[in-house]
Amino acid sequence: MNFAELELLRATARESIKLRLGEEPSDNFKYHVLVCGGTGCISIGCQNTLQAMQKAIEDHGLQETVKLVVTGCMGTCEMGPVITVFPEGYYYCRVKPEDVEEIVTSHLKEGKFVERLCYHAADGTVQPKKSDMVFFKKQKRNALRNCGLINQTSIEEYIAMDGYKALAKVLQEMTPQQVVDEVKKSGLRGRGGAGFPTGMKWQFVLDQKADQKYVVVNGDEGDPGAFMDRSVLEDDPYSVIEAMTIGGYAVGASKGYAYIRLEYPRAIDHFTKALARAREVGLLGNNILGTDFSFDIEIRVGAGAFVCGEETALLASIEGRRGEPRPRPPFPAVSGLFGKPTLINNVETWANICPIIIKGGDWYATMGTEKSKGTKVFTLAGKINNTGLVEVPLGITLREIVEDIGGGVPGGKAFKAAQTGGPSGGCIPAAYLDTPIDYENLAALGSIVGSGGMIIVDEGTCMVDLAKFYLGFTQDESCGKCTPCRIGTKRMLEILERITKGVGKEEDIELLIELANSIKASALCGLGQTAPNPILSTLRYFRDEYEAHVKDKTCPAGVCKMPRKGLKS
Amino acid sequence: MGAECKCNCEQDKKLDALFAQYKGNPNGLIVVLAAIQEVHGYLPKDYLIKTAEELGVPLSDVYGVATFYAAFSLRPRGRHSVNLCLGTACYVKGAPEVQAMLEKEMGIKAGNTTEDRRFSLDLVRCLGACGIAPVMTVNGEVYPRMTAEKVSEILAKYE
Ligand SMILES: Cc1cc2nc3c(=O)[nH]c(=O)nc-3n(C[C@H](O)[C@H](O)[C@H](O)COP(=O)(O)O)c2cc1C
Ligand code: SF4
Ligand code: FES
Ligand code: FES
Repeated sequence: MNFAELELLRATARESIKLRLGEEPSDNFKYHVLVCGGTGCISIGCQNTLQAMQKAIEDHGLQETVKLVVTGCMGTCEMGPVITVFPEGYYYCRVKPEDVEEIVTSHLKEGKFVERLCYHAADGTVQPKKSDMVFFKKQKRNALRNCGLINQTSIEEYIAMDGYKALAKVLQEMTPQQVVDEVKKSGLRGRGGAGFPTGMKWQFVLDQKADQKYVVVNGDEGDPGAFMDRSVLEDDPYSVIEAMTIGGYAVGASKGYAYIRLEYPRAIDHFTKALARAREVGLLGNNILGTDFSFDIEIRVGAGAFVCGEETALLASIEGRRGEPRPRPPFPAVSGLFGKPTLINNVETWANICPIIIKGGDWYATMGTEKSKGTKVFTLAGKINNTGLVEVPLGITLREIVEDIGGGVPGGKAFKAAQTGGPSGGCIPAAYLDTPIDYENLAALGSIVGSGGMIIVDEGTCMVDLAKFYLGFTQDESCGKCTPCRIGTKRMLEILERITKGVGKEEDIELLIELANSIKASALCGLGQTAPNPILSTLRYFRDEYEAHVKDKTCPAGVCKMPRKGLKS
Repeated sequence: MGAECKCNCEQDKKLDALFAQYKGNPNGLIVVLAAIQEVHGYLPKDYLIKTAEELGVPLSDVYGVATFYAAFSLRPRGRHSVNLCLGTACYVKGAPEVQAMLEKEMGIKAGNTTEDRRFSLDLVRCLGACGIAPVMTVNGEVYPRMTAEKVSEILAKYE
C-alpha cells in the first residue's frame, strides 16, 4: 500500500462507519447495532445476546438495513452486556437474549426505543442516549477514542477513524526531531506509573548513536484493579502498533517488542491478528507505505511475574532471563534491550501518540492542568455503582469521578476512600473529594496517579486490612534480589497480621513507620521503594483505626476477627 | 505406532522446531519453556535438561527461570485449573470468602493440586475484569460476581 492507496481505502472505509459518527451515510443501512465484546461483557454472557440479536435480525429480514458490529469495551462493564444503537446512540444495559426481540420489533422496526433497558441513574432519571449519560458527558476520550466504537481487529474501521493518518503524516512531512518535538510540546507524561515526560524520553533515545535501537510497549499491567492497558490492546491494537511504528521512525529503531502479560489471552490474540493484518497491507514490515522506512514488531508473552512490569526487569525477561530489576543508570534509553538504546513506554502512553501527531502537541496541552497535561484513563472498581473504564481530563475532581461518572457508592453506604496507584499508591479520604486530580496533587496527598487504577472503598472496608492486603501482594511479588524488600516487607506484613488479629503491641505502629521509611530509602527498584506507601497513607488518614486495633482490640469496620465495638451503623 | 499413537508427538514436533530455532540462543529460554508448559501442562525434568543442552544455558539457569515465573510448574497439574482473582477489586468485594470455600471443597490450600489430580487451585492478581469482581476462572472460562455459595455448583460441572 502506498500513500494514495491508504487515502482511497480511508474514503471507502469512512463511508461504512459514517452512520455511527452522526454523519450522513451513503449506504443502505438505517441502524448500526454495536454489541460490546469486551472482556467484562463476555464473561457475563454477551455471546448469547449477540447470537440472539443476529438471529432476530435475520428472522425479521433486516440484514440489508441493520449492521451488527462487535466492538470492544464501551466503559460501563458492570452494566453488561451493553448494546448501542446508532445513529442516535441509544444505550442499552444488561441486555439478555430474551430482551433482544423487543429491541428489534420496537426499535429497529418501528423506531421506538426501549426505555426499560436504558441506563437508569441512581437518582431514578432515565438517560437513554450515550449523549444523555453523565457517565460519558464528563469524559474526553483520546487513548480510548476507538474503544467501544469500532470492530476490535478490523484495520478498515481503524483506518476510517483516522488510523494511519499520523504515520502517513510523519513519513511524508516530518523529520524524526520534529516528531519528538511534537510529543514534547504535548506535555504527555508516561502513563505507566511514574509520569516521566514522554517527549524527553524520546529525545534521549533519538540522541543515542547506535547501529541498532529498539522500541518496546510495556503491556504487563500487573497493577491489580487496573485494566486500561488490556482494553487498549484488545479493543484498539492498531493504535499501539501505529504509534510504535512512529516511535521507531522518531528514534531510529527498526524493531519493536510488545510485552503482554500471560493473563490477557484475548489481548495477545487480537494484537497478534492486528500485527499480521498490518504486515499484510504494507503498514508494517519492509518499506512501509512504499518508503524506505522498515519496522516490525514481535510479541513476547509474560510468564506471570508482577515485577516484570518494571522496565529493566521487563527487558531482562524479553532476553529470556529472570525478570530481576537492575540498578539505573544506565537507563534503557542508553543501554536497554540486548545492551542497545531502547524506548519503552506504557500501552496508554502509546495510545495517545497518534492524536498528538494529527492534531498537534499544542492541542493536547490545552487539556489538563499546568504540569499534568491531557487526559488519563482510570479504571473504577470496588464499591461504586458504575464500575468501568473512564477517560477524563486531568484536573477533574475526585468527586466528579466518584459521584457523577461513578454514580456514587451503592447500598446507601458512605464513601470512605479512593485507593489510587495500586500497591505503590495510597488512599484519598472523603475530606479531599474536591481535590483536582493530577500528578502533583495526588503526590501531595501521599498517593499517586500510578497506572490509573482507582478502587473505591466504603465504610465496610477496614483500612488496616487493606494495607495488609497490599503488603501481602508486594511480599508475594518481591523478586527477592535485595534485602530491604525481601525481608523488610515480610517483617511489616507480620506486624500487620499481628495487629489485625488483635495481638498488636502499642509500639507496633512506630515500628511500622520506622521500617517503612528505611525500606523506602534502601530498596533497589520501585517495587520495594513504594511497598510501604499503602501503610504510610492509611496511617496518615486512618491512624485511629490502627489504634483501635492495637489499644482497644476492635476493628471499627468489623472486618478483622476481633470483638466488634464502635461499628458505625 | 500409527493410528494408535496417543502421545504428544505432533506437538513434540512443534517443540523440536522451537529447539531448532533457538539452538545455542539463550534468549529463547522463556519462549521454549512456555511452549513446553503449554504442551505438557508442566515442565518435565527431561525437558529442562534438553532445553539446557539445546539452548546452551547452564541447567541451573534453566531451573532459575523455571522457578521464577508463576506460569511455570515443575509438578504435574490437575485436569482442571481453577484461578481465583485476589486483586484489590476482587478482594474488597469478597474474594477471601470464595477462597475459603474453594479450599474447603477441594481439601487443599491454594497453590496446590488435589490428590486425584482433578483440580489445581491458584490465586492470581487481577484478571483485568475488575468491573465484575470477584472473578474466578476454570480452564479459562470466566465466572463473574463469585460468592462462596456458588462454588460447589460450579466445581460439580468439572469431572
Ligand atoms: C514494580 C513495578 C511494576 C511496574 N509495572 C508496570 C506495568 O505493569 N506497566 C507499565 O507500563 N509500567 C510499569 N511500571 C513502570 C515501568 O517501569 C516504566 O516506568 C514504564 O513502562 C515506562 O513507560 P511510560 O513512561 O510510558 O510510563 C512498573 C514499575 C515498577 C517499579
Ligand atoms: S526492591 Fe524488591 S522487587 Fe525490586 S529488586 Fe529489590 S527485591 Fe526485587
Ligand atoms: S466490557 Fe462491555 S462495557 Fe466494558
Ligand atoms: S482485581 Fe480481580 S479482576 Fe481485577
